[in-house]
Amino acid sequence: MSQSNGLTRPPDPFRQPSGAEGGDAESALLQSVVDTARAIFGARAGSVLLHDEAAGELVFQAVSGQGEDFLVGSRFPADRGLAGWVLVSGEPMIADDLRHQGMFARDVAESTGYVPDALMAAPLAHGDRVLGVLEVLDPVEQSRSSLSELDLLALFARQAAAALYVVTDRREQRERYEHAAVRAHTAAVLDPAGRARGLELVNALRELLDSPGS
Amino acid sequence: MSSATARLTWSLGDRPPDRLAPGDGGSHEVVPDPWAWSHGAGVRVCVVDTGVEDGHRSIGRIQGAYEVVRDGTGELTVRETDGGDACGHGTACAGLIRRVAPECELYSVRVLGKGFTGTGAALLTGLRWAVEQGFPVVNLSLSTTRRQFLEALRSLADQAYFDRVTLVASAHNSPVESYPWRFSSVISVGSHREDDPGLFLYNPDPPVEFFAPGQNVYVAWLNGTCIRTTGNSFATPFISGLCARLLGSHPGLTPFQVKNALYLAAANVRTAAAAAGEPAGEPVGESVGTSVGDADRGE
Repeated sequence: MSQSNGLTRPPDPFRQPSGAEGGDAESALLQSVVDTARAIFGARAGSVLLHDEAAGELVFQAVSGQGEDFLVGSRFPADRGLAGWVLVSGEPMIADDLRHQGMFARDVAESTGYVPDALMAAPLAHGDRVLGVLEVLDPVEQSRSSLSELDLLALFARQAAAALYVVTDRREQRERYEHAAVRAHTAAVLDPAGRARGLELVNALRELLDSPGS
Repeated sequence: MSSATARLTWSLGDRPPDRLAPGDGGSHEVVPDPWAWSHGAGVRVCVVDTGVEDGHRSIGRIQGAYEVVRDGTGELTVRETDGGDACGHGTACAGLIRRVAPECELYSVRVLGKGFTGTGAALLTGLRWAVEQGFPVVNLSLSTTRRQFLEALRSLADQAYFDRVTLVASAHNSPVESYPWRFSSVISVGSHREDDPGLFLYNPDPPVEFFAPGQNVYVAWLNGTCIRTTGNSFATPFISGLCARLLGSHPGLTPFQVKNALYLAAANVRTAAAAAGEPAGEPVGESVGTSVGDADRGE
């Protein structure tokens, strides 16, 4: 159960990066995370789902193995199913016997085209905030019921979340710097009255963007 | 539903020792064998979680379903609901409690899912309501990492402790700070890795106090299904079920007495007592985890 308390605005991985570089770094990082998780647990597939708080949805942000061609960008409600539980509780989880019970036929398989028999999931948690969920589908048999395997996935997910936080935070810092540079340039080419009005406008815009409802 | 009233005292006063009877009129001698205790008849157990699927084959009917919602002014409040579970987690917990204490009365308070994603405020609201209702056992397979709720949760856990509400709380699966399982006023539970579905152990190295079956556990899930899963969340209802069994036999025990009875009944403590030449009761009755688990699977 983790979210920011609002005192500082956390990095937002859903904001469109100003340049391709930031987006590429995030995509490469997340793909590396999911590829590595899949390899560690000998899984058929893996995915990183990030929490879009504004929409109340989980978004497939990176996929490895089954579904990687079409799943990225797919969304589903953030409070449903196993991934939903991991997101809201901040706790890792293993579930087995899923296909036998048919539970995924309704909740996930219809949207993903893949029905797993077992699933491991861990929160991408940084500080007291859960950024999303790392899922590993159909890991090898010996990984499906072990507390130590669950611990390993949770540890790896925490490392991945810390890296994601750093990458996203750096991108936002760069964007803030670029915006400040544009603002300074604009102020420099205006006369004093125009500069004052320009600054007023920029400050008003900043207040609007920083307001809680924005 | 009736609210609990604390019976707090600050001094012995002029009461003679025989006025200090522990419990509520039942036998004071607790056999250190949980399978010799009751099946939980008459004991109200509240599952504070994602909701419970009423009528699930592993659970049967629950006695009451409630949820935390925002009222017209934006304040969080608890209201009755028609049941249902957002994620399946609460249903799993309820099924495990039913497996261990088949005759207990189950209630549900939904604090997660269906609009509440990651807010400790809903957990606090639901838990406070459960404590105020005076449920003898509250299962909390949840925790929050948000420190702004730390003092409110600690105060609430103390209130429960004094009001004879036994809070059974899951330790976090990862080595992170979260609450309320870290408080000494609750019974904190983690998972062991043994195959024995009836085994529970006392941990002499806190903060986790007991270890119960939480690995590869067969649990109830959404839409009448069952899955196999792993985590401290599923060890905690086992201990909640034992608390219901104990309180069915010995109504009115305080959380201190309940915790002490669990300690004396833990397999490692009984083994240590036997090795020291002290009498230790033999398990009586069925191994609940195994027998009901098979029935769930239709085997």
